[in-house]
Amino acid sequence: MSPRAADPPVPAATDPALIRNFCIIAHIDHGKSTLADRMLGITGVVADRDMRAQYLDRMDIERERGITIKSQAVRMPWQVGDTSYALNMIDTPGHVDFSYEVSRSLAACEGAILLVDAAQGIEAQTLANLYLALENDLEIIPVLNKIDLPAAEPEKYARELADLIGGSPDDVLRVSGKTGVGVEDLLDRVVERIPAPVGDADAPPRAMIFDSVYDSYRGVVTYVRMVDGKLNPRERIQMMSTRATHEILEIGVSAPEPTPTKGLGVGEVGYLITGVKDVRQSKVGDTVTTAAKPATEPLAGYTEPLPMVFSGLYPIDGSDYPELREALDKLKLSDAALVYEPETSVALGFGFRCGFLGLLHLEIVTERLRREFDLDIIATAPSVVYEVTTEDRKTVTVTNPSEFPTGAKIAEVREPVVKAAILAPKDYVGTIMELCQSRRGTLLGMEYLGEDRVEIRYNMPLGEIVFDFFDNLKSKTAGYASLDYEPAGDQAADLVKVDILLQGEQVDAFSAIVHRDKAYAYGVLMTGRLRELIPRQQFEVPIQAAIGARIIARESIRAMRKDVLAKCYGGDITRKRKLLEKQKEGKKRMKMVGRVEVPQEAFIAALSGETERKDAKK
Amino acid sequence: MASALPLGEPAPLDGLLPPSAAIGAHERAFGVYVHVPFCRVRCGYCDFNTYTASELRGARQVDYADHAIGEIRMSRRMLEASGVPDRPAQTVFFGGGTPTLLPATDLVRMLDAVRTEFGLARGAEITTEANPDSVGPDDLAGLAAGGFTRVSFGMQSAVPHVLAALDRTHDPARVPLAVRWARQAGLDVSLDLIYGTPGESLDDWRRSVDAAIVERPDHLSAYALIVEDGTKLARQIRRGELAEPSDDLEADMYDLADELLVAAGYEWYEVSNWATAPEHRSRHNLGYWRGDDWWGVGPGAHSHVGGVRWWNAKHPSAYADRVTAGHSPAVGREVLDASTRETERVLLATRIREGLDIGSLGAGGRRAVAGLIADDLVDARTALAGALTLTRRGRLLADAVVRRLLED
Repeated sequence: MSPRAADPPVPAATDPALIRNFCIIAHIDHGKSTLADRMLGITGVVADRDMRAQYLDRMDIERERGITIKSQAVRMPWQVGDTSYALNMIDTPGHVDFSYEVSRSLAACEGAILLVDAAQGIEAQTLANLYLALENDLEIIPVLNKIDLPAAEPEKYARELADLIGGSPDDVLRVSGKTGVGVEDLLDRVVERIPAPVGDADAPPRAMIFDSVYDSYRGVVTYVRMVDGKLNPRERIQMMSTRATHEILEIGVSAPEPTPTKGLGVGEVGYLITGVKDVRQSKVGDTVTTAAKPATEPLAGYTEPLPMVFSGLYPIDGSDYPELREALDKLKLSDAALVYEPETSVALGFGFRCGFLGLLHLEIVTERLRREFDLDIIATAPSVVYEVTTEDRKTVTVTNPSEFPTGAKIAEVREPVVKAAILAPKDYVGTIMELCQSRRGTLLGMEYLGEDRVEIRYNMPLGEIVFDFFDNLKSKTAGYASLDYEPAGDQAADLVKVDILLQGEQVDAFSAIVHRDKAYAYGVLMTGRLRELIPRQQFEVPIQAAIGARIIARESIRAMRKDVLAKCYGGDITRKRKLLEKQKEGKKRMKMVGRVEVPQEAFIAALSGETERKDAKK
Repeated sequence: MASALPLGEPAPLDGLLPPSAAIGAHERAFGVYVHVPFCRVRCGYCDFNTYTASELRGARQVDYADHAIGEIRMSRRMLEASGVPDRPAQTVFFGGGTPTLLPATDLVRMLDAVRTEFGLARGAEITTEANPDSVGPDDLAGLAAGGFTRVSFGMQSAVPHVLAALDRTHDPARVPLAVRWARQAGLDVSLDLIYGTPGESLDDWRRSVDAAIVERPDHLSAYALIVEDGTKLARQIRRGELAEPSDDLEADMYDLADELLVAAGYEWYEVSNWATAPEHRSRHNLGYWRGDDWWGVGPGAHSHVGGVRWWNAKHPSAYADRVTAGHSPAVGREVLDASTRETERVLLATRIREGLDIGSLGAGGRRAVAGLIADDLVDARTALAGALTLTRRGRLLADAVVRRLLED
């Protein structure tokens, strides 16, 4: 039997000395959610019959992909010796796109379980989050998971972990979230090793928001970690960044179902509901205080989320535009980092220019639009934020190639740069370096991790990473390489805008900002794709790629020569007329670029790279 | 005639037409089409409504002329009852199938029925299609004696491997013989050719056109092969056994045919038809493109009278049952509204040399003409004189021209 706590500490009246706040740092699919579920079961907060796989990951997409997008917190009782403790497990997002949210989750904890798959070893993202945890002075408990797997190599990876964080390989715990082996020891270790929170119970209240979730029934649920003082039900709170005040309608802890309490005291973790409807009114990283007795200094570390990657989202069926707008408005309520504004495109019609934290964020938003709102959408090639200075000393921020200044001479273009860390087996070092060099990377360093794995660090333009870098990296390393990156300022670069012209008319969705050395390759790629995809017209259609007025690549679609039904006698007439009516209907769905009729599907295929040959006969 | 019937409203059993059908009948020529739905073998490319002996399910070839005569008699009564004035037939056309699989006497009996019911106009054009290997000199003489004026031979190609790909069984050497017998019988002669057969080269095609010209027919049709769904040919192409004909090669073949024919003194008068002189143009077929009236007799045959199109039961035995019971064999029809009639008028008249009267087009169509001239699709000189006539390039893109003329 598991030593479940006999007399668990009561929220709002818990001595901080009995509280342990921790999170789990792990790579996607290293078993974090399974381990968390196992802890819920062993501590008795979720009855076994209520257990559903990966209890904490509530969104369907999260459960399917086995990744956590939004974090949550759960309070679990645990007894060691005669003392009952309250353990707050804060679930952190695992992906680099959400590194700000990760950092806030870490700031809510005193310790972290570093969870590593015993068959795979540590991955780049885990390493990045480990650095973050150490920066936050967190106590690290190294753990190898999945030791029940036949392929597990616990000795090898225990050495790797000990090398990384110091200590002996014997200190590395070995568990299986799946079978439960070692999980009780792990909970004991949490109590034993992770420091209790400290704070001033008498000071004006300060609580840090580490997550903010929109719930369609209850409005925004704000997850907080109390630092000083106490928050009580019905109290008026104030957000320190905006000075906005709200009344606490409900305060409580997740156990893991929301459970109202008489308040939250120093060191405790719980949630607040104030009736606000938009997560922007309750921002991650912000400090909550009370209106009656406000604190003067906010907690450190708050920043506004800044979109790094931009893409145009268009409904495939133009009549879905109002639905897309509505869907984005709804997503925005639960996603503080999503920004968008309307834009129009000759090729794609009406849509929205959207800003995202990164590629995964983009992917999640488009997937949610498809799944939760049943919308068919196409995303244009992702672009980053450029600062373009013209010779008349004006600077323009460009998030969309169409904003790239055309009239004035360009003095300088600055692009965002990231520090990228790639972890891979040593055999792939050559391949990876080649790929990074071809993407204008600068090698920063390289370190062996254990015997056969290497961490390679590069400075790279973010614009190169968002253009299918990760897919390339995966395919060139048989899927073994993992990638992490963090912003590292910007740099001047020789960047140009390449336009694609159909019979002299610019097709906006295909314009791209690329390095001058790659302009030709991009031009050849896109003109080639469009030549394959656009049906022949009654006249020859030149397809050109151009930098300004200079043509750098050219293809052409030969004129169609035959479009006539050879026989049209008595019995053919009705059929021929119906065919004509169908063709007229079809024409309505065509996009006109100048005189060129282009089926929307051709544009979509060219953007997504799915170049099937057009049907020569039709 | 394509095999699959269109979707329309059900046709009434009494065959009565709506009153609108009679309006303006005096200004429209009247013709009769007689479908003969029999073939010895089915060709791989053919989706026409035709049957080999094994496919007939009880309908007998020997009874066919009687059933068709039954419909011809009925047609007269139905037109009369619908208020459509009696008009003599300007043209009669026997098509198939293979009309000459029936004895010449049957064909003549059917023609006699038309003569009895409607009368034949002075100088009426009476045509039958024929396979070069299913007629002899006596048949042709018999047809001429019975009133036929014209025979159209399905020559298709002069090149054995092309004929084989088409499943045509005749020996190319039969064509000159058949033409000579037709001439001896005093008949006008037309030859049909097909281009774009899988495996056919531009040189093969040149040989076929040259071989046709040598016979000096009065009239010549050249059709691009259409790969119809459901044919053996379509299956062979889908399985990759035969290459799908390319549009570009077909366009080259059309251009070549037009050059050779013009050089030999032929003149195009419809997208796929040429004649040595205006009086040798197929008046029956021109009726289709000019929106004239015709009654289509036989299984699956289509008719048009004054904006009403209808079509008969497809299978010969279903057809025979209806006619025997005294019912109209029509199974479906459509009554065209004014805008649909206008669409048809444009799409049909654009195909012929005499062309469309530009003044009769709507504003959108008239606006399109300048662009069509600029794109070398419409002849500038005739356009200035008020008629829209296609250039050679325009004939190959006639459907695109029609779409542009009908744009709003």
